Amino acid sequence: MIYYDKVSKIYPDNSIALDGISFGVEPKEFVTIVGHSGAGKTTLIKMLIAEDSPTEGSVFFESTNVHNLSKKETTKLRRRIGTVFQDYRLIPNKTIYENIAFAMEATGRSDNEIAADVPHVLELVNLSHKIWNFPKELSGGERQRVAIARAIVTQPDIIIADEPTGNLDPTNTFEIIRILQKINELGTTVLLTTHNKGVVDTVKGRVITMEKGKIVRDDKNGKYVL
Amino acid sequence: MFITPLKRIIRTGFVNFWRNGFLSFAAIVVITLSLCAFGGLIFGSAFGRALLTDVKDKVDVNVYFTLTAQESDILSVVQDINKLAEVASTTYISRDQVLANFKNKWQDNAYIMQGLDEIGSNPFPAMLTIKAKDPGQYAGIAHFLQTKNPQDASGVPLIEKVNYEQNKLVIDRLSRIIPAAEKAGSVVAIILILVAIIVVWNTIRLIIFTERDEISVMKLVGASNTYVRGPLVVSGIMYGLVSGVITLVVMAAFSYWSTALIFRFAGIQIAADFGLVINIFSQYFMQNFGQIFVFIIGAGIILGGVSSYVAARRYLKV
Repeated sequence: MIYYDKVSKIYPDNSIALDGISFGVEPKEFVTIVGHSGAGKTTLIKMLIAEDSPTEGSVFFESTNVHNLSKKETTKLRRRIGTVFQDYRLIPNKTIYENIAFAMEATGRSDNEIAADVPHVLELVNLSHKIWNFPKELSGGERQRVAIARAIVTQPDIIIADEPTGNLDPTNTFEIIRILQKINELGTTVLLTTHNKGVVDTVKGRVITMEKGKIVRDDKNGKYVL
Repeated sequence: MFITPLKRIIRTGFVNFWRNGFLSFAAIVVITLSLCAFGGLIFGSAFGRALLTDVKDKVDVNVYFTLTAQESDILSVVQDINKLAEVASTTYISRDQVLANFKNKWQDNAYIMQGLDEIGSNPFPAMLTIKAKDPGQYAGIAHFLQTKNPQDASGVPLIEKVNYEQNKLVIDRLSRIIPAAEKAGSVVAIILILVAIIVVWNTIRLIIFTERDEISVMKLVGASNTYVRGPLVVSGIMYGLVSGVITLVVMAAFSYWSTALIFRFAGIQIAADFGLVINIFSQYFMQNFGQIFVFIIGAGIILGGVSSYVAARRYLKV
């Protein structure tokens, strides 16, 4: 489904973020990418959603090279990928309902679909009671659940979660991982990055370990080894 | 297909306008100030034009005919003068009329009336007042009269005197000052308009700069450029629209109270000297309201909308 082919990223200051990365992700897989801060996890994610482009190599999303797409096609690609960020990135002047509805509006869903799906997905992340609040009125864990709700509401083929638990306490962390696992069980591919040992051990899926821009381990049913 | 996104863009633009209360307020203040500068230019140029017209109107050339000239000969000369392209208007006063005017003016002064009686006959020549379309054209008219030097049937000149030479200094100065004043006015106007555009553009740019993170999130969630930019442009248009309405109200209030203000600050004598006793501002405002409305509201919408459209571009490159 996703294939990284010898991807390297060298920033203008000659720092190497990715160094000849190659790996694939199968549909319905739950892949965890672990590594210290600065190992290149976030850069790897940015390559997939075309937020940044590689210096060398290519990234394929189902046989299409992500970086050969026009602006319109990039927009369409992003609609098939749900992204969850460490810093939530909710839109502050929109209510929770509007934040989630926005993702659906962007993909051209009808008002009826939006009115039906948004409450439903908020129920899934257990936030129905905050539907008309603004992001600043929510706790970190709640905001991250909204971000997940926004990512899954368009029923994407894959969910990318970049350090989604980075700013959360253990209880909320576990809650977020549980939601991601549930989404994966329902048939969506999940790509998760983290540097949290507890998270990796809870997930018990495929674990890719990165160090200094390279893949050093790729284990089925892996554990946190650094 | 097309209606739903448009509806959503407009709704989002309105909602953002309302929720970003302080930013909207700041934008409206800046755009209103700029539009008021435009309004000031409109009034300024109207005032300047009224003033120039008034001054131009005070300048004229008088032709005095000889006492022996026959009225029929004089009238044919007047007809020739009226045919000149440079002439805006002529006023002919016959000898009898001049005398009547004189008597009317001095009727209470016994000495003057007595002197007039002692002369016995009418000592006043017939007079023609010529107004040119432009002060620079008086030289041409005076030259025409000199070279033509109209005569009656027996070869006696009809014209006694043309007072162009006496008025020449003032006329020359005016014909130099007026175009210079007009040019200076346009330069000031252009500078003011440029400053206004730059200030508005920068304000809007700052507002959109504060929203750059949201813009990138929207893009990453899969929103098209149009869908992200649309609400920003709608908000920009709203800023312009509201500012335009406020500016029109300010202009209306100014034109309504302008006469009172001028009287208070300049005094009634100066106001009268400059022909400002009638309220030229409110007159101008009411007569040209349609044009002013379109210009101010249009300028507001274009300033707000175009600035937003261009300013958003940089952050859409995600």
